[in-house]
Amino acid sequence: MSMLEIDKLSKVYKSGTFGGGMKPALRQVSFNIDQGEVVSLIGESGSGKSTLGKIILRLLSASGGRVLFDGTDILGLKPSQLHDYYRNVQGVFQDPFSSYNPLYKADRVFELVRQEYFGHLSQQQWDEKVQAALETVALNPADVINKFPHQLSGGQQQRLLVARALLLDVKLLIADEIISMLDASTRVDVLNMLVALKRKGLAVLFITHDLSLGNYISDRTVILRYGAVVEMGDTEKVFGHPQHPYTRHLLTAVPQLHRRWQAADAERNAADGLGAGGAKGSGAGMTGAQVSTFGADASSGGGQSQRYSKSGLHPRKAGPPPVPTGPRPSLMELEDQPWRSRFRVRGGPSVATVLANNAPPALVQFEPGHFVAVEE
Amino acid sequence: MSLKIEDLSVAYQSLRGDVQAVDRVSLSIADGEIMGLAGESGCGKSTLGNSLIFMEGRMKVTGGTVELDGRPLPISDSRAMNHFRLRAVSIIPQYAMSALNPTRRVGRMASDLLKSRGVRFSSVREEFQRRIALVGLPDDVLERYPFELSGGMRQRVTMVISTLLNPSLLIADEVTSALDVSTQRAVGEMLMEFRDRGFVKSMIVITHDLSILAQIADSILIMYAGKLAEKAGAATIIEHPLHPYTQRLLASLPEVGVRYEDAALTGIPGRPPSLLSPPSGCRFRDRCPFAFEKCAEDPPFIELRPGHHVACWKAEEEVASEGALQVQEAAR
Repeated sequence: MSMLEIDKLSKVYKSGTFGGGMKPALRQVSFNIDQGEVVSLIGESGSGKSTLGKIILRLLSASGGRVLFDGTDILGLKPSQLHDYYRNVQGVFQDPFSSYNPLYKADRVFELVRQEYFGHLSQQQWDEKVQAALETVALNPADVINKFPHQLSGGQQQRLLVARALLLDVKLLIADEIISMLDASTRVDVLNMLVALKRKGLAVLFITHDLSLGNYISDRTVILRYGAVVEMGDTEKVFGHPQHPYTRHLLTAVPQLHRRWQAADAERNAADGLGAGGAKGSGAGMTGAQVSTFGADASSGGGQSQRYSKSGLHPRKAGPPPVPTGPRPSLMELEDQPWRSRFRVRGGPSVATVLANNAPPALVQFEPGHFVAVEE
Repeated sequence: MSLKIEDLSVAYQSLRGDVQAVDRVSLSIADGEIMGLAGESGCGKSTLGNSLIFMEGRMKVTGGTVELDGRPLPISDSRAMNHFRLRAVSIIPQYAMSALNPTRRVGRMASDLLKSRGVRFSSVREEFQRRIALVGLPDDVLERYPFELSGGMRQRVTMVISTLLNPSLLIADEVTSALDVSTQRAVGEMLMEFRDRGFVKSMIVITHDLSILAQIADSILIMYAGKLAEKAGAATIIEHPLHPYTQRLLASLPEVGVRYEDAALTGIPGRPPSLLSPPSGCRFRDRCPFAFEKCAEDPPFIELRPGHHVACWKAEEEVASEGALQVQEAAR
């Protein structure tokens, strides 16, 4: 049994003055995290990745599904039971500069933990504990203790927050874009620290929009689009031979040092041609219908991008926009399509209906440990 | 030569004394060039960019001259600069998404802005509409309030307004950070397209992300602690960096396909020095793995290879020994 099991988790946001608007932010997402495993959750803004993290931390309520931690559904925990849950699961968020109260010293975050959980420890025991936690995150106590937040760098602040989580002997850390506000030179330190913690058995849900960071650190990758999983599996498989057009689209957009975007496009297009044949050839684990879906995807690439760039002109059925594939249209031809606002919700105002009408695409196993969504 | 900066120094006045954020910087940008300006936070890159268009009250020029298209740019005189802003020099601010006035419709705001420059909105309205369509925004965007637009759309509106009067120099300050990858790519390609279509003559793209510069910049300038560290063509900086700081910056970037098991990346230990009392000699000395006695002296920013400027004693030695080798070989 996995440590954390997310089972068909859904979330619908109500919007509008009378709560009439319904936006499905998560659509029956299921995956799990084992002890000592780093799972990266990748998606663009509006994909629901932060919503998922907040639901696991019980900062948001869910609309459906279960989150099992060590076998207990944490969505049903009473406030009094949460106290114990937070010993095991903690979160660190994107902006270190706004996580601290600038009027207090930074290490006050430790003191708050002590008040809540470790009131019985003597000062000396507590100091030792803090010392140990700081050592784990590779901070020199003299650099950070008794300092105000503005005296610390972003990387130090972020590591201090991780140290705070470690004081509680957490088993799972929800890291929501924890390095996107940091300089490139300090990012790596935080990443390497997470790797070291993982080796000691900590599980991490690493939420990011940056594929190269996700790739660097994680054992498994979940790619979220529009609140639904489009591809997931072992990191090297997902990045090594991405199957879903959206994953490939993301991969070509990553700015890389030694490869121009145009070159990435060319590579992808070449791979698309080959990929269709490859999928057909290695279709042992897949049914005929699924194989043809993949084939059709690749061969109709040009047509799809046409639909994407000109989509404003045609009425479109509800549901996620098609993933741009094939040759990339010039930017100037590309219309702005904020996905969230284009999402038309079918059905009545009931949450259940909204969820039923926005069922996620089915996942099929492409190879052992690598699942891909088949778009309807 | 569209922009020429010579020995520019800019300081922030503070209660504890002047903070020399830009220290004797010289550079020039050719017509049609996109120059990337990179470094860690606090290296002075944004200060350099901002000083070319708007000096905050606590900023002051402590030396040097700026020339744009052969005419001096009076950067320390805010009133005289008014004549150049938007017309000759323009900026896409760091938080372009929130740079729009929430209480004005987009069209009204653009017209206010133009009026302040003495340009009638009706005279550029057609061109404005054309460009709005060009970047893929709907026609009615002029009648909309900023909150009705998505983040990416606001970013584009800001870019179109900033470049409406075809400025000679555009400063793009961290326009791609905090965007997700496909929007990053869209914005990056739009910057190149603006240059290609002649909406702007040359551009300074300020960012801490070298990988985005590898995509769009023609040349890259690396700053460290207020000083220039290295400048060369984009490909040269990415493939053959000479300055240890540039090398470390590049080494700390994870690439797609690299995993911690294969190759653990290393950060740069330590932090940039405080500019309130900058250390003497090479400012990167404390963090540099190659530092030696000579680094106690201030390294000059000189051209070591054609078009490749570096301020580093070690790099100078290396290039010199390479040159000596070549001479020996030639003699043989």
